[in-house]
Amino acid sequence: MQCPKCRGAMRTYERNGVHIDQCESCRGIFLDYGELETLTRMESQWSQQSHAAPPPPPPPVHGAPGYGAPAWGAPHHGHYGHHRQRSWVGMLFST
Amino acid sequence: MDSDDLIDTLRRIGIEYGGVAGTVLPTRPDVIIMRAGSVVVKAHAPGAEREPLVERMRATAHPALRQIMLQPVTEEVITAGDRLVTVWPAGTPVNPADPDAAPWEAAARLLARLHAVPARTLPPLREAGGPGRVATTVARLGDRSAAELAVRRAFSCLPSPSAGPGGLTHGDWHMGQMVRAPDEWILIDNDDLGVGDQAWDLSRPAAWFAAGLLEPQVWHRFLDAYRAAGGTAVPPDGDPWERLEIPAQAMTIQLAAAAVSTAGRAGRPLDEVEEILVEACLRIIRHRSACHAVPTQ
Ligand SMILES: [Zn+2]
Repeated sequence: MQCPKCRGAMRTYERNGVHIDQCESCRGIFLDYGELETLTRMESQWSQQSHAAPPPPPPPVHGAPGYGAPAWGAPHHGHYGHHRQRSWVGMLFST
Repeated sequence: MDSDDLIDTLRRIGIEYGGVAGTVLPTRPDVIIMRAGSVVVKAHAPGAEREPLVERMRATAHPALRQIMLQPVTEEVITAGDRLVTVWPAGTPVNPADPDAAPWEAAARLLARLHAVPARTLPPLREAGGPGRVATTVARLGDRSAAELAVRRAFSCLPSPSAGPGGLTHGDWHMGQMVRAPDEWILIDNDDLGVGDQAWDLSRPAAWFAAGLLEPQVWHRFLDAYRAAGGTAVPPDGDPWERLEIPAQAMTIQLAAAAVSTAGRAGRPLDEVEEILVEACLRIIRHRSACHAVPTQ
């Protein structure tokens, strides 16, 4: 099997019962989205918290034009309660 | 040259140009910034190449960039051991303690004006540095945890960067890349200045907005100001996402990769902001139809 990106050799390994294909040259990962979701649910450290609570209702968007947000954007209107968190402010100001 | 010798050399340069012994200011770990009176002395990241920096200094000092990019005190690139050093007028940065006061409109106008400068009016420049950093940041990421796999998988989904015609690009814009000098906001840091996809300069705010970190109101203030100032990276009206999608997805992946690496090195779980970036990577995977093609055995 060849890597669809760089044609390198792929190796398959298993993690928590999920088959993962990884390219040996570019280290690209190829697995089903469903498999990835299974894996992330099992490693609940970052998935549980964020999927557990229903999102708060979106705040009214002030004069937002029709083109809004991209299709892959956050499904609800954000996490702005965190906007003073250190890692967010740090990201705003750093390379 | 060890770091004490380097600091001594920077201090000497500071005295020469600023008249006083300088003090080191906090900045990213690979760069040293020393403030000395009315100037700052900058030691560029280890491994920075001389000739491209010489070219960028020449371009930055060109009159076409006056009041857009901070003009250096001298075009000279000084060698201090294995580091390259440049000298700049001191300015006042955006205050990180007051993110609500961040000058989004001023930033948008400066980027629009930068993008309007035809690259051919400047001394020749190489490719802008932005896109290359995504690959290097992902390459440093591990490949064990689900978060690492998600970021790597999202990166595998991105189309290969296409070498389009491109224009003048800052290459690394964020809120830390502006100072007031003395009264007006101006862009700083020419380390990634070059020719490339100008939409890259909007990719951080676009990524923050798409991930749900940046308030829609703030994003639209920024985008509207950029368009009102004649910014060319997106069409003047209508959907900007056709142009922003790939740079914003690439930047989301870069930010997530950096965040997951940082948390991994610190041996701590991801914080909420970092989780939000990894979730955005999952949505990118789901969105990109190219990802649905899984190689068969
Ligand atoms: Zn590959």
